[in-house]
Amino acid sequence: MKIGVLALQGDFAEHITVLRHLEVDTTEVRLPSQLDELHGLIIPGGESTTIGKLATTFGMIEPLRRFGHDRPIWGTCAGAIFLSGDAHRQQPLLDLLDITIERNAFGRQVNSFEIDLIIPALEDPERPFRALFIRAPLIERVGRGVEVLAHLPEDKERTGRVVAAQQGHILATSFHPELTEDNRFHRYFINLVKG
Amino acid sequence: MEKKESTFAVKKGLAQMLKGGVIMDVVTAEHARIAEDAGAVAVMALERVPADIRAYGGVARMSDPEIILQIMDAVSIPVMAKCRIGHFVEAQILEALGVDYIDESEVLTPADEAHHINKHEFKVPFVCGCRNLGEALRRIGEGAAMIRTKGEAGTGDVVEAVRHARAVIGEMRRLESMPDEELMTYSKDIGAPYNMVKETKELGCLPVVNFAAGGIATPADAAMMMQLGVDGVFVGSGIFKSGDPPRRAAAIVEATTHYNDPEILANISKGLGEPMVGIGVSELPETERLAERGW
Repeated sequence: MKIGVLALQGDFAEHITVLRHLEVDTTEVRLPSQLDELHGLIIPGGESTTIGKLATTFGMIEPLRRFGHDRPIWGTCAGAIFLSGDAHRQQPLLDLLDITIERNAFGRQVNSFEIDLIIPALEDPERPFRALFIRAPLIERVGRGVEVLAHLPEDKERTGRVVAAQQGHILATSFHPELTEDNRFHRYFINLVKG
Repeated sequence: MEKKESTFAVKKGLAQMLKGGVIMDVVTAEHARIAEDAGAVAVMALERVPADIRAYGGVARMSDPEIILQIMDAVSIPVMAKCRIGHFVEAQILEALGVDYIDESEVLTPADEAHHINKHEFKVPFVCGCRNLGEALRRIGEGAAMIRTKGEAGTGDVVEAVRHARAVIGEMRRLESMPDEELMTYSKDIGAPYNMVKETKELGCLPVVNFAAGGIATPADAAMMMQLGVDGVFVGSGIFKSGDPPRRAAAIVEATTHYNDPEILANISKGLGEPMVGIGVSELPETERLAERGW
């Protein structure tokens, strides 16, 4: 089994470090031909406009869509935006996950934060998952057949805000499991790839 | 644990999101849009690009907040802005404006010749310049969440960027193989906090993201810096002082991604129009070298 990490821009090296630590064969992906040998793909955090632009220039959009039709993809933050069907803005999107996403939903960098989430789908579900939200997007709407994996704890402002969702073998998180020591989300995705 | 804003992990985390990308100097909202369309991961708002700061002379300060706000309105990518070394009130103003990162920069005229800003006190993260590992660790010790090598801004000559990147990366390599009993003396020699030196050795890399800056003007320059081992690049005058800014900007972005693929690099380097004219750093008198500012 081999899981690639899209390396057009962003924190792909951090994902690769976690995958290697979990003894998964992995590689950086920059061109369409590099997708062939893979069983799953991670689209990292970064700037979604940059990733979308480079994917367009180097002919990656259609190959990524085809890949997502039969193989698992997980997008973190910018990756989640790129997987979505609607980000309220003209930018290249893969439209593999029926969600509407709001970019920079919490404001600017001074409003970036970390928080504990309870994620029932993970191993040891009682144990909180420390999640980093960096100029993070929110999943505003989930379509039919999209399962909500995590939302923010209730707070004064709003409730039930979705930050992780899955539709079949496509997975999206607003936050960055690759930036913390807790690798339960990576193991969850690896199991998805194993099928 | 409850919600916590502006932790060091979150400050450093934004820089991690910029990795493999290009941060472009812009002076107007129009520039910022060109940069975003070209695929920049962030823009750096400043009053004049470094080449013009050199040409005009005088005191270079933080930009007019009005312009910074216009730039923040114009783009969806992060907006950084520069303050003078040691000018903590300029930094407070930039934080109040809501910029995403502050560059405490030697490109502007220093406001304090002995002290940099205590960056731990701010919610907004800082990036600072360095010429070697000691300087990098001093800045991180003061709270910088991202480092860039200084190079020599506004010259279009990459030689200093190479010198500083090689210094930092070479010293890192030396540190990795250094026995623990030598770390205290090494800390003293390079003027860096002992705990930072120790942490860096244990990590096997700098504790924060390190970009290259100062003199990058072509796709080949950007790709060389990436091959030397930096995490991304800043381009200042190199774009908006060239003949065809949108095209050159896009080419530098593409080169930063495909830095290890000479065939792609050859392709994207074709027909970009005139590069910025530039000044050879070796022709520059000591007093005009911006990298000497900061300590």
